[in-house]
Amino acid sequence: MPKPKVAFYWCASCGGCEEAIVDLNEDILKVVELVDIVFWPCAMDFKYQDVRDMEDKEITVAFINGAIRTDEQEEMAKLLRKKSLLVVAFGACSHLGGIPGLANFWDRKTIFESSYGKGCPSVDNPDFVVPQTVTEVPEGELELPAFHNTVKSLDQVIDVDYYLPGCSPAPYLTMQAIEAILSGELPEKGTVLAPEKTLCDVCDRNETKPEKMSISQIKRISEVIADPEKCFLAEGIICLGPITRAGCTEEGSGRCITANMPCRGCYGPPTEVKDVGGKMISALASILGLENEENMSDEDVEKLMNQVVDPAGYFYRFSLPTSLLRRKRMNNPAKEDK
Amino acid sequence: MAKKISIDPITRLEGHGKIEIFLDDDGNVKNAYLQVPELKGFEQFCVGRPVEELARITPRICGVCPTTHHMCSTKALDAVYHVKPTETALKLRRLIYDAFMAEDHLLHFFFLGGPDFVVGPNAPAGERNILGVIGKVGVEIGKKVIDMRRRLRSIITHLGGRVIHPVCGLPGGISKGLAEDQRQAFLKVAKDSVEFSKFCLQVFNDIVLKNDTYLDLIVGDIFQHQTYYMGLVDENNKEDLYDGMVRVVDPTGKEYVKFAGKDYLDHIVEHVEPWSYIKFPYLKNVGWKGFEDGIDSGVYRVAPLARLNVADGMKTPLAQAEYEKMFETLGKPSHHTLAFHWARLIEVMYVCEEMVQLLEDKFITNPDIRNLPTETPDEGVGVIEAPRGTLFHHYKTDENGMVSGVNLIVATVNNSAAISMSIAKAAKNLIKNGKVDDGLLNMVEMAFRPYDPCLACATHSLPGKMPLIVNIRDKNREIIKKIKRD
Repeated sequence: MPKPKVAFYWCASCGGCEEAIVDLNEDILKVVELVDIVFWPCAMDFKYQDVRDMEDKEITVAFINGAIRTDEQEEMAKLLRKKSLLVVAFGACSHLGGIPGLANFWDRKTIFESSYGKGCPSVDNPDFVVPQTVTEVPEGELELPAFHNTVKSLDQVIDVDYYLPGCSPAPYLTMQAIEAILSGELPEKGTVLAPEKTLCDVCDRNETKPEKMSISQIKRISEVIADPEKCFLAEGIICLGPITRAGCTEEGSGRCITANMPCRGCYGPPTEVKDVGGKMISALASILGLENEENMSDEDVEKLMNQVVDPAGYFYRFSLPTSLLRRKRMNNPAKEDK
Repeated sequence: MAKKISIDPITRLEGHGKIEIFLDDDGNVKNAYLQVPELKGFEQFCVGRPVEELARITPRICGVCPTTHHMCSTKALDAVYHVKPTETALKLRRLIYDAFMAEDHLLHFFFLGGPDFVVGPNAPAGERNILGVIGKVGVEIGKKVIDMRRRLRSIITHLGGRVIHPVCGLPGGISKGLAEDQRQAFLKVAKDSVEFSKFCLQVFNDIVLKNDTYLDLIVGDIFQHQTYYMGLVDENNKEDLYDGMVRVVDPTGKEYVKFAGKDYLDHIVEHVEPWSYIKFPYLKNVGWKGFEDGIDSGVYRVAPLARLNVADGMKTPLAQAEYEKMFETLGKPSHHTLAFHWARLIEVMYVCEEMVQLLEDKFITNPDIRNLPTETPDEGVGVIEAPRGTLFHHYKTDENGMVSGVNLIVATVNNSAAISMSIAKAAKNLIKNGKVDDGLLNMVEMAFRPYDPCLACATHSLPGKMPLIVNIRDKNREIIKKIKRD
């Protein structure tokens, strides 16, 4: 009986998802016993060609992390889709677009300007030289892949079977996913392989929430010393617990909460939430200035809401490419994707 | 017939990096280029965010060294808000940083750099990886390595909330303190890590330094570059990783300049080439002379060897003894690129010793971990020594602390010109008369691997080996030969 074949691949990512695999620690030795890793560029000597040479669906499961930004990444995602029975979007970037997805607030031109142009104080570049797809150097030609205007999640490029959420996914969830795949006891296609609860549901601070939550002021985490026991939201500190899926720790509060810092939503929303921004705004609206509601003018309400200084940056921190907004509008929509 | 050789490792931190080598008509190397084909745009998309959130956004530049970006960002926040952290907070930040530096360096030694030596540069490619290392040193020791890293990383998890992208840094301090029972538990980890660092240096001594072939490689000309060096030092010019002044020495080892991180723009300029997304920093007052070494070229190097070269010594006794031993063997400054591996292990010893010092003092459990900012935020620079070299985070904000500008000079970027030069030099020395074989690939890899480039973050993970393809093309870009590593 041949061992199941597993592939790991990364696209526009930071390497944290690879570390999250290494963080299986001794379990990684168990995994290596159970499966054949047939493709893991960061770790093993298999090449694109080896994947191309495989039969279709020869790979049992491909874990793909990172967002999609270049043709090469898109091509690899499509190739792995063809060769694999199952594809798992691994981590926030492939699941939702992730932090690199924040680039969708801008476009290629502004990003180049900030890196290579006048926007960068340490650059000496009077002629505004920017990276080119083809450059003539004295000895010949050099090529670079093109930089796209839009960052995408994995399922905006290929069909995805399952999702492992988180930036980065907790090792225990990774292990559970591998075990489920090996035993064949899999949930419905499209499932996010993590609990269906919200972070608030499992948070140790939940008990400190008042019966009827009402806050009159939004405080930034830099301005306060947060109480290590109390619900952040009840204290007026933005925390995405109500609209974020639990699972970043095996039990109790979320990872960031244990360091006395509020949640920023890297696990994405639970299934029933269609758009995190919309949901978070309604959650905030329901607790802001509640006590004094009858006496407030529309202007007062607006003032309160304006205390949330960067709603898009807070609420869509990990999910802009898959949100209703998707990206900043461009003058020429035809150019959006390339 | 001019040929181009493409060495295309498909494993890079972001997308992939490429090395292009051009041959002349006789088949000798004309030039070589390291290309980095990816850009994320952090400097742009951090604009408009509340500045304190940058400590949680910028770590996503790198999942292998997120703690570095988090700490550097946190230091930039102190500067933006003009607030001094409490003594306890500073000690806790140092503790987290030392634990991180140790686990990250160990990863490099055992998973990435080590296999070249422990298994051997000429061993079959398929064995030059962590599994090969375990095969050589035994499963028990392999498990010991995994376990030591796990325990060191648990310190970061406990204080930082998480080890991949920690979150505890705030302007004026830190979000979580250390309880007494944890202090005792971590003190044990720290003491064990000192013993472990002795073991690592013993391995290096037995396997590398006692092997004449390896020693010849280290001191040979192929892997040498006479450059400037940059690194942080404390008030006694001892190596410091978390804080201090940026000291630069010239290729003879003489101090060229010493400056505060906030003045980096007076000393560092970045050059742009159209054929790579990575920029090439150089010393502003020496000037850009292209990809050249020597005292007249502004190219400088950072990371472990550079830090030992700029420092007059180490702060802790065991590391000091090792420092003296290394320079006795190699001379100071050492221009030997492969000595980066050696310097890295000496740094592991230093940070482990420092962790013990920090944790032996009960002061670290003091609950006073935060000074609240009272000044108006405006602008600030954070500087820190990342495992891979000096890192700068520079933020500008409006009076409400909303980001209006960000500039980052990332550790590996400082080395980008030197890495290109190292590759070119190795290639020029090794490729003669058009003879190219798999051995070249190993040697080229060994020319950039000591830098532990974060572009190849990839190779930090399991077996530390990069798949390579070399395409040799004729003038019409037709592939006339393809070499693949077995």
